[in-house]
Amino acid sequence: MKLVIAIIQPHKLEAVKRELEAVDVNLMTVTNVVGQGRQKGVTEVYRGAKEAGGLLNKVRLDIAVNEAFVEPTIDAVTRGAHTGSVGDGKIFVVELAECVRISSGERGGVAIG
Amino acid sequence: MNSGDTAWVLTAGALVLLMTIPGLAFFYGGLVRRKNVLSILMQCFIIVCVISLQWVLFGYSLAFGPDFHGIIGTLEWAGLAGVGAAPNSNYAATIPHSVFMIFQAMFAIITPALIIGAYAERVKFPAFLLFTLLWATFVYDPLAHWVWGAGGWLKSLGGLDFAGGIVVHVSSGISALVLALLLGKRVGYNHKPIRPHNLPFTVLGAALLWFGWFGFNAGSALAADGLAANAFVTTNTATAAAGLTWALIEWWHNGTPTILGVATGAVAGLVAVTPACGFVNPMNAIFIGIIVALVCYTAVAVIKGKLGYDDSLDAFGVHGVGGTVGTIATGLFAEKAVNAAGADGLLFGNLHQFGVQCLMLVVTIAFAAIMTFIIFKIVDAAIGMRVEENNEIIGLDLTQQSEAAYTVIE
Repeated sequence: MKLVIAIIQPHKLEAVKRELEAVDVNLMTVTNVVGQGRQKGVTEVYRGAKEAGGLLNKVRLDIAVNEAFVEPTIDAVTRGAHTGSVGDGKIFVVELAECVRISSGERGGVAIG
Repeated sequence: MNSGDTAWVLTAGALVLLMTIPGLAFFYGGLVRRKNVLSILMQCFIIVCVISLQWVLFGYSLAFGPDFHGIIGTLEWAGLAGVGAAPNSNYAATIPHSVFMIFQAMFAIITPALIIGAYAERVKFPAFLLFTLLWATFVYDPLAHWVWGAGGWLKSLGGLDFAGGIVVHVSSGISALVLALLLGKRVGYNHKPIRPHNLPFTVLGAALLWFGWFGFNAGSALAADGLAANAFVTTNTATAAAGLTWALIEWWHNGTPTILGVATGAVAGLVAVTPACGFVNPMNAIFIGIIVALVCYTAVAVIKGKLGYDDSLDAFGVHGVGGTVGTIATGLFAEKAVNAAGADGLLFGNLHQFGVQCLMLVVTIAFAAIMTFIIFKIVDAAIGMRVEENNEIIGLDLTQQSEAAYTVIE
């Protein structure tokens, strides 16, 4: 089992969801986050004073998948979120030690889908 | 007695209340961080409660009561004794005395509320209360008497302040600067504004200020007449000119205009036209708006950052500086053709009036600064003005009021 963490542009969420559903990945947790990349955020101006390093709005998806779904998930997120310019986001994949379905008590791979 | 005048001044009084709550409360409330927004709303709201009572108990009598040597009103009208339905011809011959009194109450309320902008996000609530009560009693009431009270010494010299450029804005703005210097910077402040938590609140507040200001300025004619109409027109015109000018300066200086800039410019325009609105013509109001935007922008965006004092929400930069510009502009642009009861300014050949305006300005700055210093020292010794650093970091909403503005989790 793997946990796929994707940081994407907020306006790409719908496209990413469509791509994920197309490869039968229907489970995700979505949160609003702020962050910065190589460009170091945006510059904001308040009453004439420039403030560099304002963080950008992003959306984070947490997607738990079984091994067979890892590559399709990565491909789906990439297809949905890609524009080719800086700020498109990142995908992190980490090992997932356990997964429990609270309603039934099922554990492991069977509990993910 | 004139029912039209009475109806207008009563309405204008309600409009001026709207300037403090919710106008100023949301203007300032949007500019602070989310952990302090309730403290601003609380301070604005409770000032309305405290000063309303102070005013009817003794404040009105100190400011407008029977004169004592030009420096203060006596307590003869304390508890509104003798202040009833009969007009007082010294102030307004065509409306009940009590209508004049309650209209003036709204000015006494908003003035200490303006100072909140300087000490926002870092004062103890009890200290704020004591400071406000002392400041209203020992700064606002005497100053209102000098400039507006029958027999007041600056009024006797011929000083012009139609709606409170001196009494309201210079006094609160200078006191704001003194407090900002005495209190020191907010934790983490580093020569740059701290990001406002809700600019839509600020814009809503600025719009309500503009709306309420028609009561403030046109109401100060104390009649529903041509002078009120002139004040209304000059107020709107100067405000529009200042808001647009501020946007253009930002566009040139920073590359983009901002809504915070337009709102700030508009408030600066309102401040500057306040002393002048009943003495100048609408075309000169445009000049006043343009000049105040240039001067206040420089004060807020250039000078403040260089000097490094933390006037959190620019109470000094907008009200102190804007009020100063307006008071001097009154000495330049005032003309008897607009208001026969006023005077001609420098541009109409009257150097004397210009001198009187400058004298009034210097006196007010000195008086407000010295008194604020003394009151601060008293309150600081008695209660301690500033919250502990840890409480400041947690925020005033939780530490001073035990409540939070926004829930994150249901």
